[in-house]
Amino acid sequence: MTAPAIRIDDLRVVRGGALVLPGLSCEVAAGSVTGLLGPSGSGKSTLMRAIVGVQKVAGGSVAVLGHPAGSAALRTRVGYMTQAPSVYGDLTVRENLVFFGGVLGQPKETVERVLTDVALHEHGTRVVSSLSGGERARVSLAAALLGEPSLLVLDEPTVGLDPVLRRDLWELFHRLALQSATLLVSSHVMDEADRCDALLLLREGRLLAQATPSELRARTGERDLDAAFLRLVESGA
Amino acid sequence: MSTQVTLAVALRVLRQLRHDPRTIALALGVPCMLMLILQQLFGRSSPVFQQVGTPLLGLFPFVTMFLVTSITMLRERTSGTLERLMTTPLHKVDLLAGYGIAFALLAVVQVILVSALAFGLLGLEVAGPKWLVVALAVANAVLGSTLGLFVSAFAQTEFQAVQFMPAVVFPQILLCGLFVAREEMADWLRVISAFLPLTYAYDALARTADDRLDARFAFDVAVVCASIVLAVALGAATLRRRTE
Repeated sequence: MTAPAIRIDDLRVVRGGALVLPGLSCEVAAGSVTGLLGPSGSGKSTLMRAIVGVQKVAGGSVAVLGHPAGSAALRTRVGYMTQAPSVYGDLTVRENLVFFGGVLGQPKETVERVLTDVALHEHGTRVVSSLSGGERARVSLAAALLGEPSLLVLDEPTVGLDPVLRRDLWELFHRLALQSATLLVSSHVMDEADRCDALLLLREGRLLAQATPSELRARTGERDLDAAFLRLVESGA
Repeated sequence: MSTQVTLAVALRVLRQLRHDPRTIALALGVPCMLMLILQQLFGRSSPVFQQVGTPLLGLFPFVTMFLVTSITMLRERTSGTLERLMTTPLHKVDLLAGYGIAFALLAVVQVILVSALAFGLLGLEVAGPKWLVVALAVANAVLGSTLGLFVSAFAQTEFQAVQFMPAVVFPQILLCGLFVAREEMADWLRVISAFLPLTYAYDALARTADDRLDARFAFDVAVVCASIVLAVALGAATLRRRTE
């Protein structure tokens, strides 16, 4: 067994006076594509922010690739895509990536490679604010891929994309995992759960289950993962 | 701190400006227009134009860059790009220096244009060296930039950020000695003005106009430089890797 890529122990986060994560513990296996699933407001984004080290935490510990989350050693090794596309709307697609690449010390060829990865090669010279929401999200994803990170934390990367593009991106995620990257991908749609090696099911800041899709089916006796999620909620797990 | 990252930030800010030609046109054109109005209002050889022209020329970039930086930085904070940058090796100082370089370059162009107009066509005269007026104006631009960056932390919306301009800039312009000499101010106003960086920026420009480059001038310049360093430190303190 290799060490987990992420190890979280009793993580507590308070936002705006509310306890968003009341003491969460879980692990993410290295080299896996792990899905972080749960309804909107379940604490997915907060957990991801804690993992990349931009979230103030009230207690507990988060270890990423053997270092405390947010430590300087991790800044070239973790790629992060926020839920809202965090790129410059007034720059072109390529100018955005050249900038983020420059910050990470990446050569220009890397920019062309990630543009191809997210199928935006033909849109390189377009200003980001003129793109559709899905295209903008892919620019943001491309920026997260730039540094060839060991850990990719992607907050709802496939929202609003057509099925073909979604399939292509999930194939890309698995390809990256084969190249020994670890991916943590959040989603609020359960039909994406089947594309993950492992699942973290989150509800109201608590971990409902940590399992593979097939384990989840076996445990609940449901074929459908949506129904399995419901069963878990109702059984008060 | 890394020069490569600093330059990447500066280049990116300049590229954003290039995509916004209207902002560039306004930043370069408005000071020229105001200088022309001032000269026409008082007349070429009037003592008012001659006395007020040079300090105003040197203070324009402060106002412009304060506004432009506070809005750009606010966008960076609200769009999530700052949060993304905080997960990268980028150092706070790289970001601050990159902004400073980009807006100082814009200020150089702005000041050269308005100086050429004022000293060339409009007949504004300075007894001291003209390059010194340009240099002081660029320093004021950097000061405006760093202050704008600092106050952007206290604004949640662009409406609020714009309101910081009259709140932070106007009192300094009123109290710097341009309208009423500091010796003639009420005591409490003079005390306040002693703590405002624009007081020293104005005094340095006025002394350059009269070619009184004495010890007090050197002190003024030192205070402006120290204010820039202080504003950078305050600005850096508002850039947090971790937020709520």
